[in-house]
Amino acid sequence: MTTSELTAPQDAVPVREVRAPRRRVMGAGKQMHAGPLTYVVLIVFALVSLAPLVWTAIAASRNNQRLAETPPPLWFGANLFKNLQTAWDQAGMGTAMFNSTIVAGSITIGTVLFSTLAGFAFAKLKFRFSSTLLLLTIGTMMIPPQLAVVPLYLWMADLHWSNHLQTVILPTLVSAFGTFFMRQYLVQALPTELIEAARVDGASSLRVVWHVVFPAARPAMAVLGLLTFVMAWNDFLWPIIALNQQNPTVQVALNSLGTGYIPDQSVIMAGALLGTLPLLIAFLLFGKQIVGGIMQGAVKG
Amino acid sequence: MSSSKQALAHPAPGSGAAPGDKPGAARGAGGRGTPAPGPSSWRSRLYRWDMKAAPYAFISPFFIIFGAFGLIPLLYTGWYSLHNVQLSSLDHKSWAGLDNYRNLLSSDFFWNALKNTFTIGLISTVPQLLMAIGIAHLLNYRLRGSTVWRVVMLTPYATSVAAATLVFTLLYSWDGGMVNWLLGFVGVDPVNWRESTWGSQFAVSSIVIWRWTGYNALIYLAAMQAIPGDLYESAAIDGANRWQQFRHVTIPQLRPTILFTVVISTIGATQLFGEPLLFGGVSGSKGGSEHQYQTLGLYMYDQGWIIGNLGKASAIAWSMFLILLIVAAINLLFTRRLRKSQ
Repeated sequence: MTTSELTAPQDAVPVREVRAPRRRVMGAGKQMHAGPLTYVVLIVFALVSLAPLVWTAIAASRNNQRLAETPPPLWFGANLFKNLQTAWDQAGMGTAMFNSTIVAGSITIGTVLFSTLAGFAFAKLKFRFSSTLLLLTIGTMMIPPQLAVVPLYLWMADLHWSNHLQTVILPTLVSAFGTFFMRQYLVQALPTELIEAARVDGASSLRVVWHVVFPAARPAMAVLGLLTFVMAWNDFLWPIIALNQQNPTVQVALNSLGTGYIPDQSVIMAGALLGTLPLLIAFLLFGKQIVGGIMQGAVKG
Repeated sequence: MSSSKQALAHPAPGSGAAPGDKPGAARGAGGRGTPAPGPSSWRSRLYRWDMKAAPYAFISPFFIIFGAFGLIPLLYTGWYSLHNVQLSSLDHKSWAGLDNYRNLLSSDFFWNALKNTFTIGLISTVPQLLMAIGIAHLLNYRLRGSTVWRVVMLTPYATSVAAATLVFTLLYSWDGGMVNWLLGFVGVDPVNWRESTWGSQFAVSSIVIWRWTGYNALIYLAAMQAIPGDLYESAAIDGANRWQQFRHVTIPQLRPTILFTVVISTIGATQLFGEPLLFGGVSGSKGGSEHQYQTLGLYMYDQGWIIGNLGKASAIAWSMFLILLIVAAINLLFTRRLRKSQ
């Protein structure tokens, strides 16, 4: 804006020409409108993002023989429901989806609850070593799951817990990312005066949490819940070690399919489709919140 | 507020121990006040105890569960890596000293896995992050239906490693696979994506790229939106065109975020496991007939649960840990230098 005001009288050029640099100044930030080329490139990337998923459904609607032929099928066939049925019954996707719902649901509840509590403590309460402990929490994110699986497997064998769902629920019940996420949110979203007011009224810490923290944290809890559910549903390494096809989660069942449990590509694709469907529906319904959550976590991370 | 009923009962401790006071200060204030009647002082003591203990109670679930299922197993993994532990006889562990590590260092497969982890990490991370910056830049324009674009870019993230790999394996099949069929149109001979070294490594990397590019794009987009607009304005006044603005304003401002995503992607690449496992099909843990895409994570699974040598698997896990510590140290060095230069 200031440029046009400055340059216009000096150069005494027609107004229309002065606008050119001005639009550039305005547009440099987020206000700049996208040109057609931007849309073309974005459409290409969008197609690359979606095509494999659409093709999964196409492949799941064909049969094994057709999938081995050239050219590959580009449109839907007639076998979708038959293949979904086979995947559901014979490949154990039915049990798997039920189990994954329980596992991912429990992990989500635990993670959101514990992360909110810890995030609140780190954001608003003063205690000794709080900053060291927060750094430690963040540091744990660097540790790969591979470092825990051998002892966990041995202990699980001792407890005769293999193939029980608690084996995959318990280790993932808390999350360093979630704790940090909630802390960052509560630092700015929860006014300290509100806590102080409740304290003056003599509220205990649990009351403060229930009546002040949870209401203030609700939007972030919802987003963290969504992100956690996605991660828990898709968790792979520990579940395939701890569980087998007798009592699988979705990823365990898909792993069995991948290693030839049912050597029919169209059924395998039907399984992949089934296992992804709940999350795709979640993205359809809450895509905006999930995107917002990832971007929120990023700015502060 | 529902807690106001309590306020009448005992106002003294509430004002004595305002949040933010040191525990000691709270005690001092309580002591100075007029002696409270019996039940109230018991209550106020409870209240002060609550103030002191609550933070620790709130963070304890994380530390207890992480300790039990993360830290202690990590240390035990180190302990087991010094033992001979076989899957077939879990109760018979015998001291092995550094044998597992010596075994690893003299094993071609270990070095091969290390090399593959590095190459696959490189060809999956670099294009992924470059594309993500590009997409983020485009998403940062004012778009019709901006949320829809963002959600679409993120959909691969909803697909699990297993589902994505099963689909891509089929897309990459030699005979009748979509990729080879499409390549045929531009006159490229069918590539054996399973057997050739670079082909299989590229295929495995492409799964990683597909799943994570959109996610990283959103992270960059968030950082781009936080760049103050006047930086662009002054750059434009200096006569910088769009590309120069991107190059000299956007990229430098994104530097901490880029560093962050590089670290996260490096951690991910070091653990890479599910993609090569399922890409290999029935004998997936070998990472191809020539181990051409066996990563460290896969090698560990193969040694531990397919061959059944859990002691050696532990040693591989700790080697991965060491590598990550080195990465972290390098990162710390970089961050320091970055801070100094700014």
